[in-house]
Amino acid sequence: MSSDVRFIDFKSDKQPTWCPGCGDFGTMNGMMKALANTGNDPDNTFIVAGIGCSGKIGTYMHSYALHGVHGRALPVGIGVKTANPDLEVMVSGGDGDGYSIGAGHFVHAVRRNVDMSYVVMDNRIYGLTKGQFSPTSREDFETATSPEGPKQAPVNPLALALSAGGTFIAQTFSSDAQRHTEIVQEAVEHDGFGFVNVYSPCVTFNDVDTYDYFRDTIVDLDEEDHDPTDRDAAAERITDPETEYQGVIYRDEDSVPYGDLHDLGSNMADVPDGAPENATDLVREFY
Amino acid sequence: MQKPFRRWEGIGSRYMADDLNWAIGGEAGDGINSTGKIFAQALSRAGRHVFTSKDFASRIRGGYTAYKVRNAVENVESVVDRLDVLIALTQRTVEENMDELHEGSVIIYDGERTMMEDFEAPEGMIGLSVPLKRLAEDAGGAIMQNIVALGAACEVTNFPIENLDEALEKRFGDKGESIVRNNKEAARLGEEYVVEEIDHEDFGYDIETTDADYVLLNGDEAIGMGAIAAGCRFYSGYPITPATDVMEYLTGRLERYGGHVVQAEDELAAINMALGAARAGARAMTATSGPGIDLMTETFGLVATTETPLVICDVMRSGPSTGMPTKQEQGDLDALLYGGHGEVPRLVVAPTTVAECFHKTIEAFNLAERYQMPVYLVSDLAMAVTEQTYPPEEFDMDAVEIDRGNLVGEGELDPWLNDSEQFQPHFPAADGISPRTLPGTAGGAHMTTGLEHDALGRRTEDSEVRVEQVDKRTQKVRTAEEEGEWDYREFGDPDADTLVLSWGSNEGAMREGMALLDEESIDVRFISVPYLFPRPDLTEAVESAEEVIVVECNATGQFADVIEYDTLERVKRVNKYTGVRFKADELATRISEELEGPQEITP
Ligand SMILES: Cc1ncc(C[n+]2csc(CCOP(=O)(O)OP(=O)(O)O)c2C)c(N)n1
Ligand code: SF4
Repeated sequence: MSSDVRFIDFKSDKQPTWCPGCGDFGTMNGMMKALANTGNDPDNTFIVAGIGCSGKIGTYMHSYALHGVHGRALPVGIGVKTANPDLEVMVSGGDGDGYSIGAGHFVHAVRRNVDMSYVVMDNRIYGLTKGQFSPTSREDFETATSPEGPKQAPVNPLALALSAGGTFIAQTFSSDAQRHTEIVQEAVEHDGFGFVNVYSPCVTFNDVDTYDYFRDTIVDLDEEDHDPTDRDAAAERITDPETEYQGVIYRDEDSVPYGDLHDLGSNMADVPDGAPENATDLVREFY
Repeated sequence: MQKPFRRWEGIGSRYMADDLNWAIGGEAGDGINSTGKIFAQALSRAGRHVFTSKDFASRIRGGYTAYKVRNAVENVESVVDRLDVLIALTQRTVEENMDELHEGSVIIYDGERTMMEDFEAPEGMIGLSVPLKRLAEDAGGAIMQNIVALGAACEVTNFPIENLDEALEKRFGDKGESIVRNNKEAARLGEEYVVEEIDHEDFGYDIETTDADYVLLNGDEAIGMGAIAAGCRFYSGYPITPATDVMEYLTGRLERYGGHVVQAEDELAAINMALGAARAGARAMTATSGPGIDLMTETFGLVATTETPLVICDVMRSGPSTGMPTKQEQGDLDALLYGGHGEVPRLVVAPTTVAECFHKTIEAFNLAERYQMPVYLVSDLAMAVTEQTYPPEEFDMDAVEIDRGNLVGEGELDPWLNDSEQFQPHFPAADGISPRTLPGTAGGAHMTTGLEHDALGRRTEDSEVRVEQVDKRTQKVRTAEEEGEWDYREFGDPDADTLVLSWGSNEGAMREGMALLDEESIDVRFISVPYLFPRPDLTEAVESAEEVIVVECNATGQFADVIEYDTLERVKRVNKYTGVRFKADELATRISEELEGPQEITP
């Protein structure tokens, strides 16, 4: 890891094809800065991207990366980090990817507390498939597949994470570049699963959860009297239906990541030329 | 040569076999499996070859389970329809096995148990009532009643009880000396009871022991051991019969060799975790059965198109859907050969014996890395639940070779960079095989995606690049076809008119069936095929035979279809889909029927 890595090193030479004004630009910039600021470089970083407009970051960033199948980015990240703990692993995708098709993995990734970060670009809509409601869409949000709104409660990802034993739960707004970067950086530095839900507006298909809406309503926890290590206080904020928060909502200072609990440390990519030493012991066990 | 065991002399002997067929049966939860395994281990320690099988759910109703041990001085590699000594913890155990019991079979049971009070051995068989529970209590606890029965069985078969002691030490050693002592005592009490109460001449079975040292293991364990030997360090899986034993075997052991086992939340996660570990450079594997294969199929395509080396093991069971989870079937061949949307390059390897499970697993890891492709490693329930003896040299760790394929390190990147100095993980090399860098390699950073991509691993819809990448992935299969020795295992007379083909675990039963056919002067050439894709070209063998019979445990003949497709010849089919594997005598009968109409062959 070299200290002179700049965030631009994490940028690929591929120009993003997101709609002009898409929130994902800001989200990705913050991710790159957070990685650079934490002393990582593209060669020791592994990005796993979901499927969606958001998932395109795999292409727009430069690092080791896998752009997988819809909803399964988290397990891939867990596999990468477990196999080589020296790598910095960051997983990213949309709200559909993470909270709908991949919801099961989300809960279990939170529980497992593998030392990696998860940045969800939450635009409360399905962008790539052109405008269907998503698991975080409001109950009355009218879309092509919900003419009168989905008429079902939106998922509260922060509450899901807290109830699953999350050790780092945060929320940001992609256009507040500085706060977004700082918070993603904290998620990267956290010993365990650093989860950041990012309000990342879709300017093309969501005319409700817009930049203006978030700018007008968002409350920064830094300006509130909030202790992120207080789980009850976190629960209160998370379940508050009136307010959109930005900031680190909960952080478990005693978090011990999965890898430490399981004594993982070696790079499993190192394979001997033949069977491992003492392999014959395995045969003897069958006597 | 082995002394053939003698049957009860009062009754005319129908069989004078060299093998002894022993079983313990009762209700699930009676400790049947662990007791059976102890006896199997004792026989193995005594230098006898062992082949075990398990009866799970009932033919009549649920709950019944049995552990069967066929054993002999000569190698045994299948089950037969014959039981000589049966420990019956329930009356139903006897009912379930009436077809296999014969005149002179000994049934050991506890006549003091209320449920066995009125039991009477069927005509011609010897009922041996041993107060299992009472004697176990004398030795220190009713929990040891099965061990009392094992002691009794030692006496019935004239099997030196010291061999049982060794197996008891192995089983209970970590529970403390006094537990071991009590169990040995329990066995002694069972043995002595039979000595005192019954004249040995009444049943007179006599087991011969040898000095041979064997190891005893099942197919799932062989796969697990093969994986560690091959350098696998990451395993993720979701429990499913009959693949769970692979995961349970690896748990704790993989860690000893620097690896890790993750129990995933489902099979989607399992294969994606393994994929992640493989991208990080670890040799990674997941194992499942049919339902899990269905769930993994989408990601299987991702593994193939991202050119990630991964071993995916399918221990087949009866399907479709949840099917008969504890029953044998070889019904997944089509899914494994063709499953998944789009055209997915793959390799499919299917071991045919327990020992081959070990060897083919090692090979699967090498193939996966060499061709940067997913490899389906296919086993079946019959192999997974069968414990079989082998000389330890069969699993020669010094012979293990590792081929990591075209892995390039920091100093070796140059030939694989484009004009902008970017590493090309999907470079369309002439043989289709691209270079691979592992994360952490400076200058080698790259992405890859399940979208069609260019040499850099970035999404494209450019027709030319699309064709180039499809062709390169197809070329890898061609290269594998050309480089590999996709051979087969052959038995019998190569010039015989009749050719029998099979895959998977049928090999053992067929080999023993051949001996029976031989007695009827039916000469066969038997080819057992362990490579399903690529697979050996059998055109010549099929063309030169007068009759070709394909044996498999499914209803439609999926392998027979493949053979017909390959050779443009019609073949005969011997299928079984009852959920029970072929037995040697049954197979011989079915084959002779195919050849010359109905005819019974007895072993
Ligand atoms: C198995 C599967 N089902 C459906 C799709 C189609 N699909 C692609 S992205 C997507 C949803 C995208 O929404 P989200 O995850 O919120 O990401 P966004 O595009 O909004 O960034 C869907 C349904 C797919 N690729 N794979
Ligand atoms: S459709 Fe929406 S989410 Fe997708 S790129 Fe355009 S603005 Fe962004």
